[in-house]
Amino acid sequence: MAPEPNKEAESPRIPGRLLAEPFAMTGRKVIRWISALGASTIFLTLGFLRIFRPKQLMKILEQLYLIGAGSVPIIMLVGLFTGMVLSLQSYHALVKFGSQGALGTLVALSLIRELGPVLTAIMITARSGSAITAEIGSQRISEQIDALGTMRIDPLRYLISPKVAASLISFPLLTAIFDVIGIIGGYISGVILLGVNAGTYLYRVESSVDMKDINDGFIKAIVFALIVTTVCCYQGYFAHMRTDSYGARAIGRSTTAAVVISCVLILVADYIVTSLLI
Amino acid sequence: MATPMIEFKDVSKRFHDKTVLERVNLQIYEGEVTTIIGLSGTGKTVLLKHIIGLLKPDEGTILFRGKALDKIRRRDLPMSYMFQGNALFDSMTVYENIALPLLETTRLGSSEIKHRVMTRLEQMELTDAIGKYPAEISGGMQKRVALARALVTDPQIVLFDEPTTGQDPVRKNAILGMIAQYQRTFGFTAILVSHEIPDVYFISNRILALYGKQIVFQGTPEEFEDFDHPFKEEVLHSIEGLQKELTGLYSRRQFKLRYHGQLRGGAVGETYAVVVFSLDGLDTVAARLGYDAAQEALRSLGVFLDKHFGAIGGFSTRHSINEYVTVLPTTDQSEAEGIVREYIHDLQTQEQAVLDIWSAVQKQSDSDECVELTMLAGLAAGQHNEDIDAVIERAKQRLQVVSRIRCVNQGER
Repeated sequence: MAPEPNKEAESPRIPGRLLAEPFAMTGRKVIRWISALGASTIFLTLGFLRIFRPKQLMKILEQLYLIGAGSVPIIMLVGLFTGMVLSLQSYHALVKFGSQGALGTLVALSLIRELGPVLTAIMITARSGSAITAEIGSQRISEQIDALGTMRIDPLRYLISPKVAASLISFPLLTAIFDVIGIIGGYISGVILLGVNAGTYLYRVESSVDMKDINDGFIKAIVFALIVTTVCCYQGYFAHMRTDSYGARAIGRSTTAAVVISCVLILVADYIVTSLLI
Repeated sequence: MATPMIEFKDVSKRFHDKTVLERVNLQIYEGEVTTIIGLSGTGKTVLLKHIIGLLKPDEGTILFRGKALDKIRRRDLPMSYMFQGNALFDSMTVYENIALPLLETTRLGSSEIKHRVMTRLEQMELTDAIGKYPAEISGGMQKRVALARALVTDPQIVLFDEPTTGQDPVRKNAILGMIAQYQRTFGFTAILVSHEIPDVYFISNRILALYGKQIVFQGTPEEFEDFDHPFKEEVLHSIEGLQKELTGLYSRRQFKLRYHGQLRGGAVGETYAVVVFSLDGLDTVAARLGYDAAQEALRSLGVFLDKHFGAIGGFSTRHSINEYVTVLPTTDQSEAEGIVREYIHDLQTQEQAVLDIWSAVQKQSDSDECVELTMLAGLAAGQHNEDIDAVIERAKQRLQVVSRIRCVNQGER
């Protein structure tokens, strides 16, 4: 006679599996993230190394125009109002302690050390990063990248390297523009509108900012340039590998992902770089 | 037989759990037009992408001139690929698209690049579109731009992925005619993939049939006609439908079936007549007025042929790219001569229709080009126990000019 199946022995496995599933899912996600991190690092390295291949100069200049020169007006506008609102808020806080003379110091250091590199990177992500993902994604979906391969043109050299090079040049320069315009915005708000002494404001700006502050800001800008270009190019380049959508929708989702991931990574990297530099 | 230019040995490819190619073996020979046919979604494009190196096989070997393909540097492979959707760079002009491979992969000077691109543009009748973007030109012109880009580096092999997809029947044949003509002109090895096969038989030297993840047939189009396999039944419906749509005539298979059914069993001594009609000057028409005009003329004449001879019990087929064959059962030589004379008389009205088509094309392209299409006819009588191919050959040896269709200049109208 066959033994009766042990129902009690089988039933505890179901809650066990249910309990394990969240951990398994988390594990799978972590593995996926680590894989993506590894793949994007290789992607960036290959893209960076191909900057130095022949016939790249004109393509880099073109990308400099699109990513760099094209972003100047929006960076100036955002920088101006950031400086103005920073000055306005800080003035009302400082005046309580009778320290409104330190307004120049506060505005300049906040902009050069933190707000300049971060807001510049976020603005370029919104303006150029999204465009990069959409453009490369569209080229991927319409087989233009495959077509490059069949013409024996290296797609990384042709499409990615010029963008990496242009970002590495543009980000620090745009950050510098943001900083200068932000300090001017602070001057307009603090000196012209709120009556802080002009000489005090400018003297504090000049005396409180060290070369190290400026260099640290540029280091952040370069780190952000690498992050934004890698994430945006990677998302577009592999838009066809998405499992949640296809075609035009995949491009849309990749663009959204590129902007969100870039912004989050900018803030995370900002903290890490600051803690290393401080 | 010669060493194959490209050879697949037991090539398999899987995507996740799905096997697309399983132990595929095939040979492609230099200087030929080879067409890979198969139903939609059976892995023809996957097979083609293995040849160009966009995909790597999971198992098996691909040889190029006897050497493993993965051991050859990509830049040493003299291949070009024409994508199903053309894959033109939509942010570049027609000129920039064609110049791109030369700019990026050669050290040619700008004047030499310009010369080569302009030569291709002229050959493809694209000079008017030089500064336009792909979105600003027609689908047919986009195909020609893609072909010009594929040919600008003078490749030895050109791969065409579904070059006729999404085109109407006349344009399908126009594109295939264009490929055949350029293959003859430039001498490259052409590999086509197709799941719609209206004119493929006429331009291909070899046919490869992909069915059930494997190559089930390799051979000439004539050999394919005798190929007995479930694959053939599945694809023939679409082939014959398109053939009928295109010319109004029987496919070669239907033609032979009717011949066998109606004539081979006839009484001893009964004769039938075979008339071969040949059109000279189609290439000139295509070159000057466009491929669409040439195909439209061909289709129009085919329809008229079917209408005229079908009414008296005859049946016709398109025998080669510019030849029709008509069989007149239970007709002797003298009767057939009379019937053909009547046909030629009636053709005058059809000539007018062809002229109207050309006139419309001329107006569209602002062209004053005037071309002549010559129709030749040859007649032979056959016995019922005789092989029809021998009778057709006899008829072809007797071809003589029966009509000249000449367009009229805009100014003359």
